[in-house]
Amino acid sequence: MAEAKRIRDVFGKGRAALMPYFTVGYPDYEISLNVIEACVEAGADLMELGMSFSDPLADGPTIQHSTQVALENGITVKHCLNAVADLRSRGIEIPLLLMGYINPILAYGLEKFVRDAARAGASGFIVPDLPPDEAGEMRSLCKHYDLDMVFLLAPNSSDERIQFVTELSSGFVYLVSVLGITGERDALPVELAEFLSRVRSQTEKPLAVGFGISTPDQAAVVGEIADGVIVGSALIKAVGQADQPVDAARKFVAELKRALV
Amino acid sequence: MSDEIKNPKKKLPSKFGNYGGQFVPETLVPALAELEAAYLRYSDDPQFQKEFAHLLSTYVGRPTPLTFAARLTEQCGGAKIYLKREDLAHSGAHKINNALGQALLAKRMGKQRVIAETGAGQHGVASATACALLGLDCVVYMGTVDMARQAPNVQRMKLLGAEVRGVESGSKTLKDAINEAIRDWVTNVNDTYYLLGSALGPHPYPTMVRDFQSVIGREAKVQIMEAEGQLPNTIIACVGGGSNAIGIFHEFVDDEDVDLIGVEAGGTGIENGQHAARFADPQMGRPGVLHGCYTFVLQDADGQIALTHSISAGLDYAAVGPEHTRLRELERAAYTYATDDEALEAFQTLSRLEGILPALESSHAVAEAVKRAAKMPKDSVLIVNLSGRGDKDLDTVLQVLGMEN
Repeated sequence: MAEAKRIRDVFGKGRAALMPYFTVGYPDYEISLNVIEACVEAGADLMELGMSFSDPLADGPTIQHSTQVALENGITVKHCLNAVADLRSRGIEIPLLLMGYINPILAYGLEKFVRDAARAGASGFIVPDLPPDEAGEMRSLCKHYDLDMVFLLAPNSSDERIQFVTELSSGFVYLVSVLGITGERDALPVELAEFLSRVRSQTEKPLAVGFGISTPDQAAVVGEIADGVIVGSALIKAVGQADQPVDAARKFVAELKRALV
Repeated sequence: MSDEIKNPKKKLPSKFGNYGGQFVPETLVPALAELEAAYLRYSDDPQFQKEFAHLLSTYVGRPTPLTFAARLTEQCGGAKIYLKREDLAHSGAHKINNALGQALLAKRMGKQRVIAETGAGQHGVASATACALLGLDCVVYMGTVDMARQAPNVQRMKLLGAEVRGVESGSKTLKDAINEAIRDWVTNVNDTYYLLGSALGPHPYPTMVRDFQSVIGREAKVQIMEAEGQLPNTIIACVGGGSNAIGIFHEFVDDEDVDLIGVEAGGTGIENGQHAARFADPQMGRPGVLHGCYTFVLQDADGQIALTHSISAGLDYAAVGPEHTRLRELERAAYTYATDDEALEAFQTLSRLEGILPALESSHAVAEAVKRAAKMPKDSVLIVNLSGRGDKDLDTVLQVLGMEN
């Protein structure tokens, strides 16, 4: 099994890290793994593996649809953990983060989940409906199993909140670019640079930006000011529309990668 | 953990025992903090309380009566049955108490745009009503399945000037309407107030909604002392999210001799999974997180939220308010269920014996009252919270009973 790199190692390379999100089990389990592998080959520095939930209240229609398909395919937390192990056995070394809502994790068993994720070779977690205030137990478990727990900030986060969240987030800090849900947008918010510098003034941790980054041009703009660029819905859309999903993913991620040089 | 110490802004307890909390996307954290601060400020503000009390009295029609159900009592042959008549509150259900309180709060907070979710439509109608009264813009999210079975309420909301947005995702019922309302709120958080309709969701909603609804229990206590010179032996209320139940229970929680009974929706039966009885189904009903709060949730083995069923749209929801989970854990309240058939039977019984068409939600409480009263001594006293009127359910009831023209 491949040795996983640490999340922090993907930053500070003189260019922003490319961090795609993809839903495990969309359009089916095997293709989703092939898509993720293609993303890695095309230059992804870190992958976020989406775990499906019936009520994804932070997600827009594109990711909602992909998670719905995955659920209809019978994908569970167990499959997502297996996906990590499968990807490691294919020789993938970049950090793999599991991203999903808290209830399926609680149903699996919080401690068992963190332990099994560590064994499978995961690098950490993003749980959008588990702000640090509610994450005490999960953070302790992550420390115990030496995994990262990434927390989010939003443009409306106060300076006090930014201090609190950046202190507790490990690996990097996930900056939600806009008020809203995941999904492609025509334009990046003008306040993004100001938001980044506000957070930057309070922490030395890497800052990755997600939500609404759809095109290589947008990725390039964000890559100028952030340490990491997260692309989810646009990748899923590209895959969903293609006859050859794996090739489509490879092509799209390669374009994003070129934009970040 | 030192997290609580590092986050000293919270002034109200965010949990009931282990239940409740704020399991929300980060974007909502500042909004909930702002809401809590505003609520704390105005719940202590005599001007705000005066205005709220004035509207409850002159607009909602409070206090609502406590009616002795003489013929129902006679038929059951046991406890004296009283009905707390929330069906007589303006707009037809207890929902207006909370909607008005929160709309007043929204106004004070300077939020012109109000969003709400609705299942049966009663909360949507109450929100549209309160917004019309206070000159606020109102958008109501409603599952398209619920829109079909509660069509009169959709029309009422529109006539009251609200925009009703149909929700096509998931089961197209209350749970999905809440998802969509939260997505709207996350997107428009700066100028939008989310008027949540039950004692659920993230802190401070369960506490705030309970407080706005607790007028029901305060009135009932005074009224039953006047009528009977004693506290009731038993109080029965239906429980979807549980706002009418917590509203009447709250005043009596410290009166330990008063039995508090919540009635969930048993649907077509617990065994086949077609229900919304979180506490009655040990397979699917387990603690979990839905819509920002940790409480009993109907879910499958993998933690996916279960699709629920009830003949009453207002009880058709997978999670129960966190304070009910706590009251049950403390054995201070007990929870049972009534099936669709039992609720329909109770609907007809109350209509014929008392001349009151109860909401199908409230009919679940009536069904339990009928069962229980018969076993209680004749000098004992039972109060049913009649949370709403049944006019909105005529289509459903007539269809099921085969009484359509």
